[in-house]
Amino acid sequence: MKKEIKFETALERLEEIVEQLESGETGLDDSLKLFEESMELVKTCDEKLKEVKKKIEILSKKGEKLTPEPL
Amino acid sequence: MTQQSQRKIYSVTEITNIIKQTLETQIQELWLTGEISNYKTYSSGHSFFSLKDENSQINAIMWNQQVKLIRFRPEDGLKVIVFGRISVYAKRGEYRIIVDYIEPAGKGALQLAFEQLKQKLSSEGLFDESKKKPIPLLLKKVGIVTSEDGAALHDILTILQQEDLEILIYPARVQGDEAKYDISQAIEYLNEHYKDLDVLLVGRGGGSLEDLWPFNEEIVARAIFSSKIPVISCVGHEVDYTISDFVSDMRAPTPTAAAEFVARRRRELREGLQDMVKRLRNHLNYISSNLTQRMNNILNSRVFTRPFSLIEEKLQEVDDVFLQIINSVKHLAEMKSYDLKILDEKLKALSPLNILSRGYSIVWKLPENVIIKDAEDLSIKDKLKIRLHKGEVLSEVKETKKYEKRD
Repeated sequence: MKKEIKFETALERLEEIVEQLESGETGLDDSLKLFEESMELVKTCDEKLKEVKKKIEILSKKGEKLTPEPL
Repeated sequence: MTQQSQRKIYSVTEITNIIKQTLETQIQELWLTGEISNYKTYSSGHSFFSLKDENSQINAIMWNQQVKLIRFRPEDGLKVIVFGRISVYAKRGEYRIIVDYIEPAGKGALQLAFEQLKQKLSSEGLFDESKKKPIPLLLKKVGIVTSEDGAALHDILTILQQEDLEILIYPARVQGDEAKYDISQAIEYLNEHYKDLDVLLVGRGGGSLEDLWPFNEEIVARAIFSSKIPVISCVGHEVDYTISDFVSDMRAPTPTAAAEFVARRRRELREGLQDMVKRLRNHLNYISSNLTQRMNNILNSRVFTRPFSLIEEKLQEVDDVFLQIINSVKHLAEMKSYDLKILDEKLKALSPLNILSRGYSIVWKLPENVIIKDAEDLSIKDKLKIRLHKGEVLSEVKETKKYEKRD
């Protein structure tokens, strides 16, 4: 199983890369590598941001148990 | 001596009953103020204590039904106002006040209760910043603990409906004596069964201090503190501060504000990500245009656009040098020609041809073309060229004569 990267970690790394690139101190080869990495990170973050499915539920008592039901 | 018949002798019970009746009818209900001492609550739930001032003291009892209703903690030394009635306890020959209601003197009971609990939990470290859990950047699943038909839920949903979120509502009473159990159970239940919730919004809409009271209850405070899911408390209005606010991981001034925080966090995340993509793209553009520029600079250099231009340039240089040389030579030549003229004139002055103008001639023997200075060098029929001042004469030798040297 692919190691799950935490959203916060991905975002931090992304910020780091953008700043590193914008500093203009990276060579061409490194820049391209960083781009590649950043695109992966953007994809990861974007997927995580979008993976939630909109729904609203309320827990209601069914006998002794609480079950979620659409509001 | 007094007569036996005149004496009225009471039994202890009789006199006690008289005292009891007198006291209990004379003084029925009353308000009383004093300082609490020796406060004790027994396992039965009844409380026993004394009220005293500088000179006097009176025992007091509060039955468990009343004790349960007290919001603050009656402590020794606390000045209180009580309402009750005097009662005589015949068995012990004691009178005391049965307290039906107690409130702190000087401030409201709730106010005092709030301060007491705040003090207690604070000293236990429940409000420590270090104990607060950060609200995750990415919020996907939000749990809400509030009343099903309160204004708070409506306000929260109005805002959160606009976001792509999973929302789970745990309906709980948020008012009245039972509310504290509902709220704390809700928090515990969600922690146990819905561990993947990113955040819990716990609160209610505005109301009186009494209305908001459940959120000042110790049991609720402890449930919030123990929650593994970060809790945002959102109780009442901006000005209302509850114990839940202090113990939660984040206080939102109102339920609406809590929802706005969640929505904003998602929006900012989205925009932040877009911004970073934009910055990356800009930088990629910059790099590629920079590269293109550099490539163009190379391709546009004359070596590539006009390969012969360099040679042309060199030739031009050579040309220039030539021109310089030519000029120098010309100059030199001019100098020379000037010199020659003078020389010429000088030479001319010396020239034998000049002498010719004075009547002399020069004779050459042909074809040798040698100047003849001695007649002996000539023989008959030799051809001669004679240069005169003007013109030449070709002639033949007829005769030679020799002149004797005179000296």
